[in-house]
Amino acid sequence: MEACDLVIIGGGPAGLAAAVAARQAGVENILVLERDSRLGGILNQCIHSGFGLHTFQQELTGPEYAARFVSQVKGLGIACLCDAMVLDLAADRTLTVIHPERGIFTLHPKAVILAMGCRERPRGALNIPGFRPAGIYTAGTAQHLVNIEGKLPGRECVILGSGDIGLIMARRMTLEGAKVKVVAELMPYSGGLKRNIVQCLEDFDIPLKLSHTVVNIHGKERLTGVTIARVEQGLPVPGTEEYYACDTLLLSCGLIPENELSRGAGVELSLVTNGPVVNDRLETSVPGVFAAGNVLHVHDLVDYVSQEAAAAGENAARYILEAQTQTGPEIPVTCGPGIRYTVPQKIRLESRDEDVTLRLRVDGVYRNRRLTVLAGDAPVSSKKRRALAPGEMETIRLSRKPLPVGIRELRVLLEEG
Amino acid sequence: MERKLICIGCPLGCELTAQVEGGEVREVTGNTCPNGERYARKELTNPTRILTTTVRVRGGTLPVVSVKTAGDIPKGKLLACAAALKDVEIPAPMAPGQVVVPDILGTGVDLVATKSVERA
Repeated sequence: MEACDLVIIGGGPAGLAAAVAARQAGVENILVLERDSRLGGILNQCIHSGFGLHTFQQELTGPEYAARFVSQVKGLGIACLCDAMVLDLAADRTLTVIHPERGIFTLHPKAVILAMGCRERPRGALNIPGFRPAGIYTAGTAQHLVNIEGKLPGRECVILGSGDIGLIMARRMTLEGAKVKVVAELMPYSGGLKRNIVQCLEDFDIPLKLSHTVVNIHGKERLTGVTIARVEQGLPVPGTEEYYACDTLLLSCGLIPENELSRGAGVELSLVTNGPVVNDRLETSVPGVFAAGNVLHVHDLVDYVSQEAAAAGENAARYILEAQTQTGPEIPVTCGPGIRYTVPQKIRLESRDEDVTLRLRVDGVYRNRRLTVLAGDAPVSSKKRRALAPGEMETIRLSRKPLPVGIRELRVLLEEG
Repeated sequence: MERKLICIGCPLGCELTAQVEGGEVREVTGNTCPNGERYARKELTNPTRILTTTVRVRGGTLPVVSVKTAGDIPKGKLLACAAALKDVEIPAPMAPGQVVVPDILGTGVDLVATKSVERA
């Protein structure tokens, strides 16, 4: 394998956008490694529309959005290797890769961008009692079965969790002739976008039961039904149990950034996002290893993934071309009450010419608040928000220039008003 | 008649109440901004959607190809259009934008492929 400057792990929306940006910033030898036999990642199975409103000012389907980036990547002559799985990433950026024709080989690029995306939280992580019959799938697995393999997992369906994939699959199963009986959501609010609640559930009269969860699974070989109950303070309320006969249970209970490789390389991970801790260049704790997209933190819009990944691509390019291998002093970005996390979690004090984009999520539903960023005691940004919800990522752009000298931290606050 | 709906314009998700008389929206309340009223009027008089689904492919590298209506169709025709595609099978190869079913169910809108499927 020829020497390459930049290896991007993952050929989904993050990896492709990172590759394009890195090439445009002047990196010659880029290699994108993709585990699947097609580029595009999860977008290939997200056949619904609503992608690209920010990036292309157009409502595209997932495959169409992916195709735009694939054609950019091809047009720029960027090398992509499909069916290639990275087995190991070492702290010195040595990658061990396996491929059906090339066998096992190693690469040692000057920089790496992590773009592996995320995985769904499986049943085993949910503590649902009952047998383990056939018919229980994560929503994304069902999406793959229906949209890629052309197979319908069942006829009568209950969905646990109102994340966007669960909502999208409620509509998808309905269009394919299945009956979706109910969507149960543990939290008192939906984790999905409003648009999906309306267009995937209400359009088809599918009930959404908030503060409800599955408390029992029936059937031994094949699922025959589930029991759903109301939940108060984290516990099922006795007497509220309802039985739903069904042959399929879809789980849409959260996504977890896929960081086995990052962990192996010694990349510091955040306990909140489950993704790498990064600075404002999206560089992880391992020099020359950058991260973007759902591997870094789970996004709700692919447009933001593309933006973030393009930034990672540019930053990796700068790292390679300017040989800026030393990271100067960094200060933490801390979160006030109500803010769950920010990405990045650290800001470099040097390179005062670059703007900083903070992405964050709140921990509950709030109305009429202000998102304020304090540098020391001085507010450097304060923006009014009429509504905030955990399912909708917030973005704050900070101009570097007014950051006071000598500050010890940036603090993000959620304030009344 | 009073109709209730949730605005999808932003995370606020305003709960809108509309007074509808004889198919005409008289008044919209509960909205915080003009988008809410516009949304309610469209939803209550002429709700439309894009249908996205799959169609079987013969002799392709994938068993199904993803498709969409090239424009909005009436919301009420979503299920009928999806059902009409149950027995449709098209030969590979398919390219994005290629018409799979012209003028689906007389809506005046074509159903087009959204991804490429090569010949196996």
